Amino acid sequence: MTDKKTLTHLERLEAESIHIMREVVAEAEKPVMLYSVGKDSAVMLHLARKAFYPSPPPFPLLHVDTTWKFQAMYELRNRMAEESGMELLVYQNPEAQERGINPFDHGPLHTDMWKTEGLKQALDLYGFDAAFGGARRDEEKSRAKERIFSFRTASHGWDPKNQRPELWNLYNARKKKGESIRVFPISNWTELDIWQYIHLNDIPIVPLYFSAKRPTVERDGMLIMVDDDRFPLKEDEVPEMRSIRFRTLGCYPLTGAVESEAATLPEVIQEMLLTTTSERQGRVIDKDGGDASMEKKKQEGYF
Amino acid sequence: MSDMADPIYKTDALIAEDIDAYLETHQHKSMLRFITCGSVDDGKSTLIGRLLYDSKMIFEDQLAALEADSKRVGTQGQEIDFALLVDGLAAEREQGITIDVAYRFFTTEKRKFIVADTPGHEQYTRNMVTGASTADLAVILIDARKGVLTQTKRHSYLAHLIGIKNIVLAVNKMDLVDYSQQVFDDIVADYTAFARSIGIENFVPMPISGFKGDNITVNSPNTPWYTGPALIEHLETVEVDGTTDQAKPFRMAVQWVNRPNLDFRGFSGQVATGTIAPRDAVRVLPSGKTSTVSRIVTLDGDLDKAVAGQSVTLCFADEIDCSRGSVIATSDNPPEAADQFETTIVWMSDDALIPGRAYWLKLGTQTVSATIHAPKYEVNVNTMEHLAAKTLELNSIGVAEIATDKPVVFEPYSDNRTLGGFILVDKITNSTVAAGMLHFSLRRSQNVHWQALDISREAHASLKNQKPAVLWFTGLSGSGKSTIANMVEKKLHRMNRHTFLLDGDNVRHGLNKDLGFTEADRIENIRRVGEVAKLMADAGLIVITAFISPFRAERDMVRAMLPEGEFLEVFIDTPLAEAEKRDVKGLYKKARAGELKNFTGIDSPYEAPDVPEIRIDTTAMDPETAADAIIERLLGW
Repeated sequence: MTDKKTLTHLERLEAESIHIMREVVAEAEKPVMLYSVGKDSAVMLHLARKAFYPSPPPFPLLHVDTTWKFQAMYELRNRMAEESGMELLVYQNPEAQERGINPFDHGPLHTDMWKTEGLKQALDLYGFDAAFGGARRDEEKSRAKERIFSFRTASHGWDPKNQRPELWNLYNARKKKGESIRVFPISNWTELDIWQYIHLNDIPIVPLYFSAKRPTVERDGMLIMVDDDRFPLKEDEVPEMRSIRFRTLGCYPLTGAVESEAATLPEVIQEMLLTTTSERQGRVIDKDGGDASMEKKKQEGYF
Repeated sequence: MSDMADPIYKTDALIAEDIDAYLETHQHKSMLRFITCGSVDDGKSTLIGRLLYDSKMIFEDQLAALEADSKRVGTQGQEIDFALLVDGLAAEREQGITIDVAYRFFTTEKRKFIVADTPGHEQYTRNMVTGASTADLAVILIDARKGVLTQTKRHSYLAHLIGIKNIVLAVNKMDLVDYSQQVFDDIVADYTAFARSIGIENFVPMPISGFKGDNITVNSPNTPWYTGPALIEHLETVEVDGTTDQAKPFRMAVQWVNRPNLDFRGFSGQVATGTIAPRDAVRVLPSGKTSTVSRIVTLDGDLDKAVAGQSVTLCFADEIDCSRGSVIATSDNPPEAADQFETTIVWMSDDALIPGRAYWLKLGTQTVSATIHAPKYEVNVNTMEHLAAKTLELNSIGVAEIATDKPVVFEPYSDNRTLGGFILVDKITNSTVAAGMLHFSLRRSQNVHWQALDISREAHASLKNQKPAVLWFTGLSGSGKSTIANMVEKKLHRMNRHTFLLDGDNVRHGLNKDLGFTEADRIENIRRVGEVAKLMADAGLIVITAFISPFRAERDMVRAMLPEGEFLEVFIDTPLAEAEKRDVKGLYKKARAGELKNFTGIDSPYEAPDVPEIRIDTTAMDPETAADAIIERLLGW
């Protein structure tokens, strides 16, 4: 062997993610990819297209919708589903719909009903036994210990003390009827890896990640973008045009923007590297319940 | 913080001035996965926290939370307790112990790192093995004040067992021993002796302080006597396993057959070892069919070469049988397939191993049903002693034979982790109960290519002027097998026949002294004797064997090893009552008293032959007459 090739970190991560996806497709009965339209989902979808090319990925995309995402997210979601040749399933919890659950009046209940409950309902409705998710281990402390194949009981619970050991690249996908697996193919990617990969592969992402002048108001120290006219402005509140962008995307009333001039991908990466606050800080969700809140949410079935 | 030096990982200047140049460098970084192992108080979490901190993987908000936590629950007084950064789950944060494998990430100019943080607690062998299975390197932490402990040995043994070639011996807390070279040298000498004893050939020792930051990113002025690399420097430059895997023969386990339409048929998998290019000749196992690679297909266009570690889709020039579970290999050097193996097993379940029970065995993309024999021995992971064991409990490691229901394409774990590492899955609970490593197959005859020999078995026999045969005596203990067999051999010898007598008791003093009297051991006892008898028959000898050989299946197994007509089953038919009455060695008495377990005829069955070639009724015939009758039948008089 004269010319050895050292794989780059991105090549190794890519190969691992593709391997994981193929294992799931080979061993699960009815897999689905949870697609949240964020940058992690964008990378996951791209990896799926690579894994099964020239076939389209042999599973549908599922968007558990809260009806409160940014408009730009809905646009990209529809475009990507069409481009990838995959079926797009959109699920909105009918009970949340009926009760008019929204982030302004209902606080944590909004996430609980639309996302946590909505996800469980969707998985039960379609009978999916394996769901790909874009969570990364570097995002949050309790995620650092989650397996790549994460088992959920028939009631979607997660028991951190009773997970299967994962050795080498051998994944045990066996389960009983009613049980399901959440699979995290990009577990070992960091935020920087995600950005670099998007940059290298020219992966389409929601324009909100790039800076532009957008209408904002300041609430509880967070910059919130007024994305549609459902936003209940207080009497003296006037949306102000600011150069902002988002580091993570969720429901627009719950997602804090950062003031920024980074309008290109390298500039975004540059800002990310020089910045001094962590990625999830812009999200209200982690702060509910203090110290170990994400872990608690997971035990309840939040992705 | 008493920072030794500015972090060298992230060149803020370059990021600020020329982000494109920065991205360009970082796109070409390689990756190293490593594990840290140490005891509860060795400062493992502190070291990892330090690596994250120095590489600026900690943001201001996290740092603020860390400072607050340090004051609240920290163990370092007013100083920052880095351990809090990496201890995750709520329960363990209260206990102050890491209880699972956690993966951490940081990056430097040259590499991205994934750290498996594995616990040092005794009952968590399973977690360390899990973390080590994907690691290229292990950092073994030692508290400079305590030296080489039992745990150090255990961690080193496990790292070595799982095949990690790169070991760093990090002598930590050097600040607490005044950076003494003597202390460091003594520990290194101690460790060297131990490492050699378990087969670790190389390791890199370094004096560090995770808490103070000595020799982490740059060499510390506190240890001027140390001339080796700082920890990060070493981690950045050590060769990763992937490149050595490329030098091995090509193997890829097929995960999925890609068939979007009738015109395309590709085989998707991750290259385990070697390299592959279009026009390379390949062989598909286990079918053995050959073809050549026509294309290496990816979304980014066809490749002209793929190497170990890459996930690809291969197309062949010919339509040949290939599906999930098949292994694609280079055609001139393919792996073997076999259905019986010697393995090392790490038990990972609260429910102990049940020998004889069938488990699912997953190796690469092959899943088969497998039965595990009772372990030959268990390894005491603290002393490396071999202990007798009937089963394997949670966190125990043992050597055992495995039989699968169909052939598995494999390679020894030491050559190929992908084709040699496996997991066992409980068929009822579906949990992963064990991890294992294949060493070699037991019935190599099925798969090893025979070496053609110029001197044939016929040539051996004709020189001796005789027809080889195996006279297989079977019967209860005390039935008279040895007496009659001995007499037969003496008579044949006088007739210038070349003979050899294999006696049960004698063989158990040598060849089979590692075997007991359980059913599994008795089976193995007979299998080995059968193999030896066969070799002797090949050499042209008349072989006489005298073993109880109670099970029909094993006698038939030996019969099947030999050419038709060369195996003569000699049933020494003595009723149990008669044999027990004779009781020449006093064994029946002991067995009846319960002092001897698994004694044939008492608490272990004897399966009499249905149609033996020769049956000797010892109640009707004396040994002399019996011997003559046997010889008459043998020589066809």
